[in-house]
Amino acid sequence: MRRIISVLLENEPGALSRVVGLFSQRNYNIETLTVAPTEDETLSRLTVTTSGSDKVIEQITKQLNKLIEVVKLVDLTEGAHIERELMLIKLKATGAQRAEIKRTVDIFRGQIVDVTSTVYTVQLTGDSDKLDAFIQAIGATAVLEVVRSGVSGIARGEKVLSI
Amino acid sequence: MELLSGADMIVRFLQDEGIEYIYGYPGGAALHIYDALFRQDKVKHILVRHEQAAVHMADGYARATGKPGTVLVTSGPGATNTVTGIATAFMDSIPMVILCGQVASTLIGEDAFQETDMIGVSRPVVKHNMTIRHPEEIPEVLKKAYYIAASGRPGPVVVDIPKDMTTPNERYEYAFPRKVKLRSYNPAVRGHAGQIKKAVDMLLAARRPVIYSGGGVVLGGASAELKELAHNLNFPVTSTLMGLGAFPGTDRQFLGMLGMHGSYEANMVMHHADLILAIGARFDDRVTNATEKFCPGARIVHVDIDPASISKTIDADVPIVGPVDSVLKEMIALLKESKGKPDQDALNAWWKQIGEWRAFHGMRYETGEKLLKPQQVIEALYKVTGGKAFVTSDVGQHQMFAAQYYKFDKPNRWINSGGLGTMGFGFPAAMGVKLNFPDEDVVCVTGEGSIQMNIQELSTCKQYDLPVKIVNLNNQSLGMVRQWQDMNYESRHSHSYMKSLPDFVKLAEAYGHVGMKIERIEDLEPMLEKAFAMKDKLVFLDIYVDPYEHVYPMQVARGSMKDMWLSKTERV
Ligand SMILES: Cc1ncc(C[n+]2csc(CCOP(=O)(O)OP(=O)(O)O)c2C)c(N)n1
Ligand SMILES: [Mg+2]
Repeated sequence: MRRIISVLLENEPGALSRVVGLFSQRNYNIETLTVAPTEDETLSRLTVTTSGSDKVIEQITKQLNKLIEVVKLVDLTEGAHIERELMLIKLKATGAQRAEIKRTVDIFRGQIVDVTSTVYTVQLTGDSDKLDAFIQAIGATAVLEVVRSGVSGIARGEKVLSI
Repeated sequence: MELLSGADMIVRFLQDEGIEYIYGYPGGAALHIYDALFRQDKVKHILVRHEQAAVHMADGYARATGKPGTVLVTSGPGATNTVTGIATAFMDSIPMVILCGQVASTLIGEDAFQETDMIGVSRPVVKHNMTIRHPEEIPEVLKKAYYIAASGRPGPVVVDIPKDMTTPNERYEYAFPRKVKLRSYNPAVRGHAGQIKKAVDMLLAARRPVIYSGGGVVLGGASAELKELAHNLNFPVTSTLMGLGAFPGTDRQFLGMLGMHGSYEANMVMHHADLILAIGARFDDRVTNATEKFCPGARIVHVDIDPASISKTIDADVPIVGPVDSVLKEMIALLKESKGKPDQDALNAWWKQIGEWRAFHGMRYETGEKLLKPQQVIEALYKVTGGKAFVTSDVGQHQMFAAQYYKFDKPNRWINSGGLGTMGFGFPAAMGVKLNFPDEDVVCVTGEGSIQMNIQELSTCKQYDLPVKIVNLNNQSLGMVRQWQDMNYESRHSHSYMKSLPDFVKLAEAYGHVGMKIERIEDLEPMLEKAFAMKDKLVFLDIYVDPYEHVYPMQVARGSMKDMWLSKTERV
C-alpha cells in the first residue's frame, strides 16, 4: 500500500543523506521525496511516499525513528490528511490544440504560466492522481517536459507534527 | 576557563571522560592530536600494526567491560582500514567512538591527499557519525558521541576531525560538558507497564515455556535478573551465540545455544514451546531457520531496547520496548506480588520431555585414536582454565566448537563476532581484553585461516607485553567453508585449502613469543597446563586437529528449528 510519511528532521548537513541511505540500504523504495526547512530554521520537514506491506512500513518508520537526526515522524496515511504535489509541464501547443489545452487546463484548475507561439507551460497542483489524470487527458504526444515536486502532506484538523 | 587548541581539547576531553586507553595509528591528518597525546601521560595510546586491529581491540575492551572503546586513526587509508572493525561492532551493538583525522576543511571535496568521505563510507555501519565544524564544538560533539555510543542500543560512533580543527596555536575555551541534550534521541528508560503485566500473565499461563536470551542481556547488564526470573519460574533457558554466559552454562536449566549450530534440546524445546520469552535477542536468520516454519505453536513475548528489533522477522504477540534489566525487574516484582505459579504438572511434564531430548542427544562427538578432535581441545581448555577465562574467537568451525563446549558461567567472558562474522576479530579483541584485565586468563580460540588475518599484531603484543594465549585449531583448511562444500557441493573443495601454512611456532618466536605445537592426544592437557602456567608469556598453541570434522548439530537449510543434522549421517 502507498504511504505518505512525514518527518521532522534536524536541519543539519548530512541528515538527508542518512534518510535516503537508509531506504537504499534496507531495500525500501522511495517514490517521491520532498524536503525543505520549516518556520523553525533548525528543522527540516521531509515527506516521503513509499509502498510496502504493513510489516515493511512498520520497519521503515521504526528505522527512521532510530536515526539520531529524526526528531519526529508520522504516517499521514493512517489518518485524514491533505496531499499536494506541484507539476510544471511543458506542452506542444499549436493551431487548434491551443484552445483544447487551455480548456483542459481550466477543467483541472491549472494555470498557463508561460507562453510561446508553439509552447504552453502549465502549472498544476493537486494530489498525485490528479496530476497523472491531467497528463492522460492531454495525451503523451503533446508533452515535452514534466517536472513534479513530489508529494507534500499535512494532517487534517487539529493534529500537528511539531516538537 | 581554559584556552586549549583543538588537539589538546580532544586529549583533555578523553582524560575528563575517564578514558584510560585508546587504540590507534598515526598519520598526517591526525598528527596534531598525536602531538597532544605525546605531551601528557594520562591517556595511554596503543599502537597497533593495522587499523582494523585497533578497532577490534577497542571492541574487545568494550565487550568485556560494557564501556565504550576509543580508536584514533588518520584520514583516508587509516580511516577506511577501520571499516570492517566498525561494521563488526555495529552488527553486535558494541559501544565505541572512532576518532578519524580528516584533511583540512578547506580542502574537503578537492580530492586532497588522503581524503576519503568517511562520513559517507561509514554511514551504513555506524549508530551515528559527526563532523567537527569548529574547534569550539569539540567537547560537545565528543560528549554526544560517547553518550550515543553507550546509551539505548549501543553502537559505534565515528567523529570526523578535519586537520584545521586541531591547529596547535589556535586556542579556544574548553569546559567539560557534564550533560548532553539531544531532543531527537531519547532511548526508552522503562518498559510499558501494561505490556509487562500482560507478559507476566502469559508466563503464568504457559505450559511449555522457554526463555530465549540474547546478546542484549549481556549488553544490558541483566544477567542477575535473568537468573532470578528463570529460577523463580523454573523455566528452561536457551541462549544465542551472543548471549552465552548471561545465564550460567553449567546451570541445570540451561539448554545450550540455539539455532544453526544449537544443541538438539534447545532447538527441540524452541520448536515445541507454547511460549517464548525473547529477551535482548533479534530472531536472526542463524537462529530461526525458515521463518515461516518457526515455532508453530508459540506465543511470543519480546523484550528489547530497540523497537526496530521487535517484529522485524518474527511477529511478537507482546512487544515490550525497554532496557532489559528494568523490564525483568518489573516482571520479577509482579510475579512475586501475584503469588501465582505456572501449572506445575504441565511444567513437570515439560521438564520430563526435555530430559528425554537431553538423553537422546546431548552435545557429543566421536573421539579418534590418533587425531585430536577440535571439541576435545575446547573441553581441555575449559578444564585447564577452570572455565573462568575470557575467551575470544575468530570465525569458523573453531568458533562454533568454542561456543558449544566452553561453558560460560558469567557474562562478558565470551567475545566473538556473531553478527558480521569477521575473521581476524579474535586476536586483537583478546589483546584489548588482556590489556584491561592483566590478571585474568585471556584466550583467543582461532583457526589457521582466521589468525592470519591479523597475525601482525603479535608485534603489538610484544611492545605492550600482552600475554594472551592463542589456541589455533589447525585443521589446515577453511573448515567451515569446507563443511558447506561437503554438505552442499559434493565435497568440491574450491579454495578452502591453504597450501604452505607458516610454521606458527617459529613465527611466534620470530616476534619474541613462545610457540608450541601439539599433535598428540596425550600432549594436549600437559601442554595447555604448561602454556597457561607461563603467565607473562604470549603462547601460540598450534594444535593440529582432525581436518575432516564437521560442526553438529546443524539445522537443515530452509527447515524448521527442529530439522537438524546430528552427525554426517543422522538427520532428524
Ligand atoms: C573476513 C572474512 N572472510 C571470509 C569469511 C568466510 N568464512 C567463514 S568461516 C571461514 C573459514 C575460516 O577458517 P579458519 O579460520 O581456519 O577456521 P575453521 O573453520 O577451519 O575452524 C571463512 C573463509 C569470513 N567469515 N570473514
Ligand atoms: Mg581452519
